[in-house]
Amino acid sequence: MDFSQLLADVPTLVAVIVGVPAVLAAYIVGGEYVVRLLPDKLRPSVRPWIWVGPALAFVGFFLVYPVFGTAYRSLFDLSGNSFVGLSNYVTQLSGFPSGGSWIAIRNNVFWLVFFTVLVLAFGLLFAVLTDRVSYESPIKSLIFMPMAISFVAIALIWKFMYSYQPPGEPQTGTVNALLGIFHQDPRLWVQDPNVANQALIVAAVWGFVGFAMVILSAALKGIPGDLLEAARVDGAGELTIFRRVIFPLMMPTIVVVGTTLVIFALKAFDVVYVMTNGNYDTDVLANRMYKLLTASQDFGDASAVAIILVAAVIPVLIFNLRQFRAVEARR
Amino acid sequence: MASVTYDHVVKRYTADLTVVKDFNVEIKDKEFMVLVGPSGCGKSTALRMLAGLESISEGQIRIGERVVNDVAAKDRDIAMVFQSYALYPHMSVYDNMAFPLQMQHMKKPDIDKRVKNASRILGLDNFLQRKPRALSGGQRQRVALGRAIVRNPKVFLLDEPLSNLDAKLRGQTRIELQKLHRDLETTFIYVTHDQVEAMTMGDRIAIMNAGILQQVGTPGDIYDHPANLFVAGFIGSPTMNFVPATAQNGSAKAAGFEVKLPKSLPAGKKGTLGFRPEAVTDRVTDEGNALQMKVDVVERLGSDQFLYGQVGGDSVTARVDPRMKVDPGDTVKLGLDTRSLHFFDSETELALL
Ligand SMILES: Nc1ncnc2c1ncn2[C@@H]1O[C@H](COP(=O)(O)OP(=O)(O)O)[C@@H](O)[C@H]1O
Ligand SMILES: [Mg+2]
Repeated sequence: MDFSQLLADVPTLVAVIVGVPAVLAAYIVGGEYVVRLLPDKLRPSVRPWIWVGPALAFVGFFLVYPVFGTAYRSLFDLSGNSFVGLSNYVTQLSGFPSGGSWIAIRNNVFWLVFFTVLVLAFGLLFAVLTDRVSYESPIKSLIFMPMAISFVAIALIWKFMYSYQPPGEPQTGTVNALLGIFHQDPRLWVQDPNVANQALIVAAVWGFVGFAMVILSAALKGIPGDLLEAARVDGAGELTIFRRVIFPLMMPTIVVVGTTLVIFALKAFDVVYVMTNGNYDTDVLANRMYKLLTASQDFGDASAVAIILVAAVIPVLIFNLRQFRAVEARR
Repeated sequence: MASVTYDHVVKRYTADLTVVKDFNVEIKDKEFMVLVGPSGCGKSTALRMLAGLESISEGQIRIGERVVNDVAAKDRDIAMVFQSYALYPHMSVYDNMAFPLQMQHMKKPDIDKRVKNASRILGLDNFLQRKPRALSGGQRQRVALGRAIVRNPKVFLLDEPLSNLDAKLRGQTRIELQKLHRDLETTFIYVTHDQVEAMTMGDRIAIMNAGILQQVGTPGDIYDHPANLFVAGFIGSPTMNFVPATAQNGSAKAAGFEVKLPKSLPAGKKGTLGFRPEAVTDRVTDEGNALQMKVDVVERLGSDQFLYGQVGGDSVTARVDPRMKVDPGDTVKLGLDTRSLHFFDSETELALL
């Protein structure tokens, strides 16, 4: 590595380390000074804006502006020069069921259902199964471990897991090697459109189950022990206790985790990009948008896909926020 | 409707942590038995072993004739009221009470009849559709009781059910619980650390300390004949007076006085002389039993007057006529009623009288 380049940047580094806190301090002191100048009555209504101002500016500049910019761009042709109205949307949403974005939309729905349900089911299963065993934390750490790996790496790992060699040759892919143990012929996973989506979703589920488990496990531990004891004395078996007491009490948390997973499923990108790049009928909206933007250099269509994605996510997001607030309020 | 027997029951958490030691009690059918003792003495553990919420390390617990050591909690036909009430927060009051009946696969109309009946007894009619969150502490406590009584259980367990209520409500509920016991005609086992609750409610009381059963008896029995120093000090308020004393030919000699004992003890026996505050009064009938008390604090309760002071250097509490005029600093002459004297061995702490 060329350290001289790093050294050349030292003045910049110093400027950032000293400058950022200095600017921040100046802003706070200056802001408070301005607030002091105001009449007493106005102060309480002005002060919050001074504090929340920088955050608002950042969100506005890096989030709101790009969204509106994208929406605007989606109304222009591929080079961004001539206004084409809604025709990009027409292109993307025509040709049902296999033209335009429809394959990607279908796969996103597929992800939404199976990814969400599988992560929740396994997360709940692991949370419940590990709850009362003595080796709880090592097991949970193991299950949580994939969360520490980037999804690109997870995708690569699973590419190896699914790797295929012709029958008779040693199978380096774990999945096909397992098939070999049961005297089955190896098969294509990622390259077979019939199972490719499932294969990708399994990889993502593996990467995400730890997240669901940890949060659901916290919710499980939040249920007072004497409720379960009361149910036991009331004559309920363990399964009934789970169905009638534990599960309903965990429901708000399950909903919050579930909607978070739905949003993740709608945004699914890295696993698809790395494992298939959308081939073998596995394309999803985020990957399609990326391909339109880079390979086809089609800004208009890419923006239209992006807006379709945003439109799909927003309702879930609002629902999630509401639910989260409801859970908080119940504490 | 069953008796309960603890037969040499031991609860051990680890090899050197035994919280219930050789516990033997027979609780009769339809009896109101109170298990009382200071916090942490193992009362809840004893109760929870009966409920099936803790395993039994040694010994046997029987409900009726049936040994329940290996019977699951859900099959013991026991109802329990928890200190925290443990109501299901996501269920309405109605569903909370219906839950144990649904577990028995009882028919809906029968469940309805029982829940309605219990809610009428407990005055919960107007709250059946509410969630526990929307109830006051007293109402929650009633729901917890309701959930227990709908079942008609063999045995009714209550673990400090009144400790989360304010003083007034506690007094009321105490009376209602006794009435409930009479109406239900079921065995009640009631755990409390409060000796007043124990004295007022129990048909019999079992007193525990440090995992060991100290004495079992009726409230009157235990009050008048405490088996040892611990029981004598735990039951009664203000507590019994304890004065170091030595026995000698038919009397006991303390630092500030000497009293005749109703029963003669071996001469020279060292121990603790015990007498309740109400045995020290302003009525001096026999000069031989008179005490000179230097008064430190005077407590007037309207119906009673308590004097806290020193007799020959030992702290003594006296209960005197509320009309007697005494001020702190005074020295007064009081009489000791020798009929209710106790003498505890200094080594074994057991009562010798
Ligand atoms: N699960 C446990 N593990 C170890 N010790 C315990 C456990 N549960 C209770 N204890 C101990 O047992 C003793 C008796 O507890 P408990 O029966 O709850 O007392 P109490 O008479 O106040 O109801 C206490 O000292 C407590 O610390
Ligand atoms: Mg207790």
